Amino acid sequence: MKIHEYQAKELLAAEGAAVPPGKVVKSVEEALAAFDSFGGSAVVLKAQVHAGGRGKGTFIGSGADFGGVKYLTSREKVGSVAKTMLAFPLQTKQTGPEGQKVSTLLVQKAADIAKEYYLGMVLDRASGLPVMMASSEGGVDIEEVAAHSPEKILKEPVSPELGLAPFQARKLAFELGFKGDQVTQAEGIMRALSKVFLAKDCSIAEINPLVVTKEGCVEALDAKMVFDENALFRHPEIAVLRDETEEDPAELRAARSGLSFVRMDGSIGCLVNGAGLAMSTMDIIKYHGGEPANFLDVGGGASKDQVTEAFRILLSDSRVKAVLVNIFGGIMKCDTIAQAILAAFKEVGFHVPLVVRLEGTNVEAGRKLLADSGLDIVTASGMADAAQKVVDAARKKN
Amino acid sequence: MSILVDKNTRVLCQGMGKAGTFHALGCRDYGTQIVGGVTPGKGGTEKEGIPLFNTVYEAVRKTGANATMVFVPPPGAADAILEAADAGIALIVAITEGIPVLDMARVKRELAKKPGIKLIGPNCPGIITPGQCKIGIMPGYIHKPGPIGIISRSGTLTYEAVFQLSALGLGQSTCIGIGGDPIIGTNQIDALKMFQEDPGTEAILMMGEIGGTAEEEAAAYIKKHVTKPVAAFIAGQTAPPGKRMGHAGAIISGGTGSAGDKIRSLEENGVAVAKSPADLGITVQKMLAGRK
Repeated sequence: MKIHEYQAKELLAAEGAAVPPGKVVKSVEEALAAFDSFGGSAVVLKAQVHAGGRGKGTFIGSGADFGGVKYLTSREKVGSVAKTMLAFPLQTKQTGPEGQKVSTLLVQKAADIAKEYYLGMVLDRASGLPVMMASSEGGVDIEEVAAHSPEKILKEPVSPELGLAPFQARKLAFELGFKGDQVTQAEGIMRALSKVFLAKDCSIAEINPLVVTKEGCVEALDAKMVFDENALFRHPEIAVLRDETEEDPAELRAARSGLSFVRMDGSIGCLVNGAGLAMSTMDIIKYHGGEPANFLDVGGGASKDQVTEAFRILLSDSRVKAVLVNIFGGIMKCDTIAQAILAAFKEVGFHVPLVVRLEGTNVEAGRKLLADSGLDIVTASGMADAAQKVVDAARKKN
Repeated sequence: MSILVDKNTRVLCQGMGKAGTFHALGCRDYGTQIVGGVTPGKGGTEKEGIPLFNTVYEAVRKTGANATMVFVPPPGAADAILEAADAGIALIVAITEGIPVLDMARVKRELAKKPGIKLIGPNCPGIITPGQCKIGIMPGYIHKPGPIGIISRSGTLTYEAVFQLSALGLGQSTCIGIGGDPIIGTNQIDALKMFQEDPGTEAILMMGEIGGTAEEEAAAYIKKHVTKPVAAFIAGQTAPPGKRMGHAGAIISGGTGSAGDKIRSLEENGVAVAKSPADLGITVQKMLAGRK
């Protein structure tokens, strides 16, 4: 689960990290009031969206020459830029072509930057431990640095019980070249990042850039946090930060029903039990010349209602020209899925061809239910047969 | 032959709620020795003929169990794994999906202190030695005893592979579902080592997916240490980067974890990679024929 920059900064500040003074605003009036409250100092207006690449983005249809992060010195400009930011969708390389509507801005007191660093904490799968990464190449895409100059990234493994130790923070700070009391300041921010990561079950927490100002202050200029969805049950205070306007409506609807759904670009809707089998189903559709419209894992214990809702989500997408159900029943029983298909047929109505491939627990009962229903369902006997049939059906529909 | 489980394995089920009980019975019906269940507060009672205990410690003392199947829901699952390890259970099979990742990071550190304890999973279908012992949720009837060792991150995709192999007369020595989470107890290399050392396993099929670099590491290991023929399939060639595809561990991020990288890595190290999930069985068959 992602949160906004201003929310991540609040979490860091609560653990003592230095963040630049800033105000969260939702209107032009509030933006102007924020500017005034900083006594007329230069500010940076930052569009609050989950997607990265804001600075290089564009506000679609605005004709504006600025992106989602804008340095401003005049009150008048603050007003007009805020107006544009809140009126037009922001497109970045991480949003779709339609961009993302911005409803919140962070008005941040501009810092006089002397140097930028990268600081980030993530789980290292190979070691099974969280790792704190730091680099003197800040403000840029860390993946670029990792690809071209991996030796420039410093790493410290973090104990999941004890967090980043003070000596580890100092080691990183000295290696990054911090001097004097900046070492202590950097140490404070690093330990705050580690505390939030572990206490709140993050999967990623980044400060990029971590800056030293010309006055010698070390602060977190930007912050990004992503949380482990599996742990939200024990973090209601994080769960409420979810911004549903940033999420794909179908994916949100599916998640509410306990389904795992990812929208793709194609025309063949898929309903499968099990993530590996669901990914393979997408793969084999493509292998046979079709394009999957989605990934959907209905899970091992899906109820008839969940499966019916899954069908509703798939069938409400007008790009879907055919649907493939591929079920290998382990926990999921084939007669349960057959009942759900029949229920969905009645409730939603299938306006596109449906291909069903069943195998596994109670397969004979499942096949019989479908056969006896008299409904127009194409049955398939293996994955290749299923993929070919659904690809053919989708082509005919076009 | 087999790895880890056979007809002598004595199994507990931790978490005898609806799902746990359903699957404990499924295992028992298959022929597994289900010797007890653990649900705090229900000790001294029984469910469907399975004696229940309050703690794993007590269950082990009373039944001599040496394996356990964990069905405890996510908030208590990591603790259940630690409880089993503390009680000295040598094989812990964690079925539960949805355990917080940092919980597993902590569990793994604890288990590293106990080298005699093996954890499989979490978020896995379990492990089965066909005809002898099933610890998990897989449909037993599709499996046949035979010479193919299976290692898989997936559940139902594994059943697909087993189904295809059984239909070709290629039975399985042991199928081990290592799970779909980013931090797991037993990884591909651990399983490859066991299959390499098992006299009953003649060839290995490895089912992977996007996310992490475990398959790449396995590929390097295979080149150096595995003389038996290995085939593989990697799911998620069509998965977009940055999106979690169901499994917590199935995500392409930070420039790593793509299916293409894994497939290349495996092929470069002598592994026969199936291009389509419909070809899992015949890929193994062709590989065996080619080796003769």
